[in-house]
Amino acid sequence: MTSIDDSRIAGVQDPSAQIHAAPETPRGYGSMKRKEDARFVRGRGQYVDDVVLPGMLHGAVLRSPLAHARIVSIDTSAAEAHPKVHAVITGETLAGLGLAWMPTLSYDTQAVLATDKVRFQGQEVAFVVADDKYSARDALALIDVEYEPLAPVIDAKTALDAGAPVVRDDKEGKADNHIFDWESGDSAATDKVFAEAEAADDQVVVTADVLYPRVHPAPLETCGALADMDPVTGKLTLWTTTQAPHAHRTLYAMVAGLPEHKIRVVSPDIGGGFGNKVGIYPGYVCAIVASIVTGKPIKWMEDRSENLMSTSFARDYHMRGEVAVTKDGRIRAVRVDVLADHGAFNATAQPTKFPAGFFGVFTGSYDLEAAHCAVTGVYTNKASGGVAYACSFRITEAVYLVERMVDIVAHDLEMDPAELRMKNLLHADQFPYQSATGWVYDSGDYPRTLQVALDKAGYRELRAEQAERRRRHEAGERVDLLGIGLSFFTEAVGAGPRREMDILGLGMADGADLRVHPTGKAVLGISVQTQGQGHETTFAQIVAAELGMSPDDIEVVHGDTDLTPFGLGTYGSRSTPVSGAATAIVARKVRERARIVAAAMLEVSPDDLEWNDGSWQVAGDPEASKTIAEIALAAHSSLELPEGVEGHLDASCVYNPPNLTYPCGAYVAVVDVDPRTGTVNVRRFIAVDDCGVRINPMIVEGQVHGGLADGVGMALMQGIAFDLDGNCLGGSMMDYLLPTSLECPSWELGETVTPSPHHPIGAKGVGESATVGSPPAIVNAVVDALAPYGVRHADMPLTPAAVWSAAQGRPLRTDLAIT
Amino acid sequence: MEITIRVNGEQVVRDVEPRLLLTHFLRDELRLTGTHWGCDTTNCGACVVRLDGVPVKSCTVLAVMADGAAVDTVEGLAHGAELDPLQEGFVTCHGLQCGFCTPGMLMTGRALLDRDPDPSPQTIREAISGQVCRCTGYENIVRSVRWAAEKEASKEEVTP
Repeated sequence: MTSIDDSRIAGVQDPSAQIHAAPETPRGYGSMKRKEDARFVRGRGQYVDDVVLPGMLHGAVLRSPLAHARIVSIDTSAAEAHPKVHAVITGETLAGLGLAWMPTLSYDTQAVLATDKVRFQGQEVAFVVADDKYSARDALALIDVEYEPLAPVIDAKTALDAGAPVVRDDKEGKADNHIFDWESGDSAATDKVFAEAEAADDQVVVTADVLYPRVHPAPLETCGALADMDPVTGKLTLWTTTQAPHAHRTLYAMVAGLPEHKIRVVSPDIGGGFGNKVGIYPGYVCAIVASIVTGKPIKWMEDRSENLMSTSFARDYHMRGEVAVTKDGRIRAVRVDVLADHGAFNATAQPTKFPAGFFGVFTGSYDLEAAHCAVTGVYTNKASGGVAYACSFRITEAVYLVERMVDIVAHDLEMDPAELRMKNLLHADQFPYQSATGWVYDSGDYPRTLQVALDKAGYRELRAEQAERRRRHEAGERVDLLGIGLSFFTEAVGAGPRREMDILGLGMADGADLRVHPTGKAVLGISVQTQGQGHETTFAQIVAAELGMSPDDIEVVHGDTDLTPFGLGTYGSRSTPVSGAATAIVARKVRERARIVAAAMLEVSPDDLEWNDGSWQVAGDPEASKTIAEIALAAHSSLELPEGVEGHLDASCVYNPPNLTYPCGAYVAVVDVDPRTGTVNVRRFIAVDDCGVRINPMIVEGQVHGGLADGVGMALMQGIAFDLDGNCLGGSMMDYLLPTSLECPSWELGETVTPSPHHPIGAKGVGESATVGSPPAIVNAVVDALAPYGVRHADMPLTPAAVWSAAQGRPLRTDLAIT
Repeated sequence: MEITIRVNGEQVVRDVEPRLLLTHFLRDELRLTGTHWGCDTTNCGACVVRLDGVPVKSCTVLAVMADGAAVDTVEGLAHGAELDPLQEGFVTCHGLQCGFCTPGMLMTGRALLDRDPDPSPQTIREAISGQVCRCTGYENIVRSVRWAAEKEASKEEVTP
């Protein structure tokens, strides 16, 4: 595989030294320019809001100002009288159609438009349809809703208290806010190790409370839909911001009773997803209903506040971690207790058997004797939580917990965190490795990956500089403190084996169709969907490598359910592990079919042919060979075809992964902290990722860059708190701070490559690795910097106020605004 | 209100509501959908266009405020089939992923290079610091702008 060009890494401090020539188009793997960019740089992308249909009307949603209130009455008469308004839809209208509530991805229900109560600030109450979007917004102000305010449940820690207000009294017999209890691992074996550790003189139990606060994915393009129900044909076409067009089509068929062959979901260019566009939101359903009611195409695009306040949030895990460890640093067992705030509707996007997602990989990258976790989910008066924000189904929370705990152990034992990790990491010869909670890690060489990162960072020199800074600080000099933070993550991505993993009963397989035209150009249809990951390029490269073609000769079609095979879509870093595998296999099917035709062309037996340098050749006679293009033309010609071959090379494949893929990485964050102001500057960030075989290294690096920025955001800035009345305090980009070019350093990347043994091309997912791996590195670095102040832990986001307070010995609670 | 704006070099005259935002004027009235809308609060910069050469966030400019002015959008950046060096730089250095922030980044980047043909990485970071990209982590955007600066410098050397 192409390795990282060291000159580019070495030159990071001076990007002018890194200007590199445009990558040539390779025949298979390697960096090449993206095929999709030609339209984007010209402003010719087509996002949902760019689609315009004749006669199109515009929808807008009226939202609740209160977090918890009974609806006494809704008067829509003034809005209906607005000259530009065509329809006003309320929960009552929808109830008449049986659509006031819809199922969530976790077998719960969610109000489309509220009928009885509102359960979070920003909840959907009514939908107005007007000639233009300004008029639709005007009419919202004309709707008069009378609310009877109720006491809200905001602090997840009080949700299960006796006498707490019941959020979901719509559910028959529901008298509390409990959603589920879930556990993983061997409780008895784990307790036994902890009892031993507590009793032994040479062992300790280290405990900490760690919060992964509520954050929002906030893609730059908000969510929206354009619904067009053709009253004559009965066909619904829905342009919509979805990461999973096929799953959405099937769910609309199940929910609305529309025949599935009469639904076409088109997910055109998508302006970022990060998990935000996995679920189905009330606005989409309202647009569909409005199109049915009015007979016109209806466009609905939410604004930024609607996006941040009402669409699914992520994280919100209150975790207590315990580690049993010998005093010389051998980690024996981990025990975790989690309180999970799922908001008002359990719309968590996880495979059915995994209500806490893949949190079960909280054992991390370490060889443990035993482990156990218990997770309790609760309802609160907040928007639904639990969407995957580039989190690989809660692995973000798991990795954050274990990597924070390892640093806290290092702190308590006064050990170097790098040394502690080296001592406990799994070794290459332990793979495949079955973790204490039953996950089978496919491959890795963790100590080597960590060593590459430490070397690249100059770890010893950094520690020396840190010591010098601390000396000057203690001498009373005004100097920033240096913090060095490590994290080592293992991810489990590419969901997943269908026997174990489904969403609402749909097995998590993915498809690929490959058609080879007579002149040898090909069209690949895939069930996954790009939101910027570059599928149109990467997937063409996979086919190119298998068939000896140029990627330029392969068109990748995605995001249109009428044109592509069924599959569950793009999230959880699953495109390459699942659909990428389907693509490699479908190309191999085409190659085998081509072999039979080539044999007929060359008048030999297929067994006499070997695949060599992009063509089928007669063994021992390289002159007698046929390329895919030549064979494709012959397959469509008057050539008499051998038995069993039809007049084409086309093939299809549905890939059911035998296991997840397990990418890993070692990250080092270097921060400067001013303890007087609490300001944190990320000076350097070193990321060494191992995602197996890299198809397009340029794109892989880009994926990592984006995830690292996410990590800076979540660790230092992002975080949505609520006041005790349930007001969302992060409802605009003025309050919910996203990282900019000034908070992000020039990333320093490296790689190791341990191919996945079960993936057809040895690749693993990478899209979320950096989002998963970077927050603990940054938090560990900030806490490390604050060691002179005796800080052991502080919760994200580490804003200047949070850092300063931690240094004063009064860590902030970052999920609530308590005044 | 009737307004006259020179958009990408072409004069357009339209009767608009006084409250119409420039970004909606461009997108909905002129169908120039390369200019995006992302936040409403002047934070994200997906809507950046040039107003008399100056990059502005068109979600907080009323269309009527642009009356008599020249507005340049991403659609006017290429010279026919030939991409602007900055567009080429973004493609070459993987300066974009989902493409949603890209038009705004290109317009700001172009304005930067027009006044400072040899910006340092830090200058580039400052120039784009009012704009959000959720995909790239900014590094490759910085490289893209540098790439364009180098390309333009090398062109000027051969053209006396």
